[in-house]
Amino acid sequence: MISLQHYLILGALLFSIGTMGFLTRRNVIVALMSIELMLNAVNLTLVAFNRMHQQAHTGQMFAFFIIAVAAAEAAVGLAIVLALYRVAKTVRTDQADQLKG
Amino acid sequence: MSSMDTLKTIYFYLFALATVVGALSTIIAKNPIRGAMGLLLTIGAMAGLFLSLHAEFMAAVQLIVYAGAVVVLFLFAIMLLGPDALPPGGHETLGIRVAAGAGTVLAAIAGVWSVWEWDGVRDHGHRVFTRFPTAEPTTGTVESVAKEVFGPGLVPFEISSALLIVAVVGAIAVARGRQGEAQKRKLPAVAALPDAARTNAAPEAAE
Repeated sequence: MISLQHYLILGALLFSIGTMGFLTRRNVIVALMSIELMLNAVNLTLVAFNRMHQQAHTGQMFAFFIIAVAAAEAAVGLAIVLALYRVAKTVRTDQADQLKG
Repeated sequence: MSSMDTLKTIYFYLFALATVVGALSTIIAKNPIRGAMGLLLTIGAMAGLFLSLHAEFMAAVQLIVYAGAVVVLFLFAIMLLGPDALPPGGHETLGIRVAAGAGTVLAAIAGVWSVWEWDGVRDHGHRVFTRFPTAEPTTGTVESVAKEVFGPGLVPFEISSALLIVAVVGAIAVARGRQGEAQKRKLPAVAALPDAARTNAAPEAAE
């Protein structure tokens, strides 16, 4: 029988995979995709908790807003990647060091 | 265990496996296009998991916004960068890969452990799995989510529309750059066209 814990553990697994992708990959695009993974993991957790308290749909509302914010974040993030590529001719995070004194 | 429960269990593990495989291929793939495909797999399987949680509206939004918009945006950015999206040389060293693997395992253990030892699931000291209550007909439908969003969540909802328009305008402004600079760069380049380029432009006239 599938329980709430199954979904929570899956969310924890996905979140840790996304964290490690963000911390270790140097390609900015892959780092942005890792952020999307983490947001998705949190969405799964929110919707699973909402299933326990189904008289209200607050958890799904939060997940809905997270999706809206994630879409905005992806648009701005990718625009910044393109601007960075135009200036520095790289998409690697360790080569984007223009602010270094 | 009834056959329906068995089906539900198989369904969950199938889609859970798909999400984890997609997530791993997202962060492991050298080519960002493959990473985006892994992200697409994760997102699609996540929509399936939302369905199993009786969140039909969320499943639809997940597919429309994430699979339809965000992944396509990633693919557009990767294609605009072309081969430079895969920078030559200097892939992650073995040490970083080992550290990433160990870190993922440790973080996963921490996450699973925190769920496992969660006091909220103890029943008289015994560890029990929290079963979901029987779904009501209203659970996760568009109507019930709309009652929540347009009731207590009305102000954040309206503000999120402002956030989206600001983000889109900002993204256009950042991605276009300064138009004056681009023109300054372009003009001398046109004037300094080599002769070969000029003859290529009008090969019929040369004949």
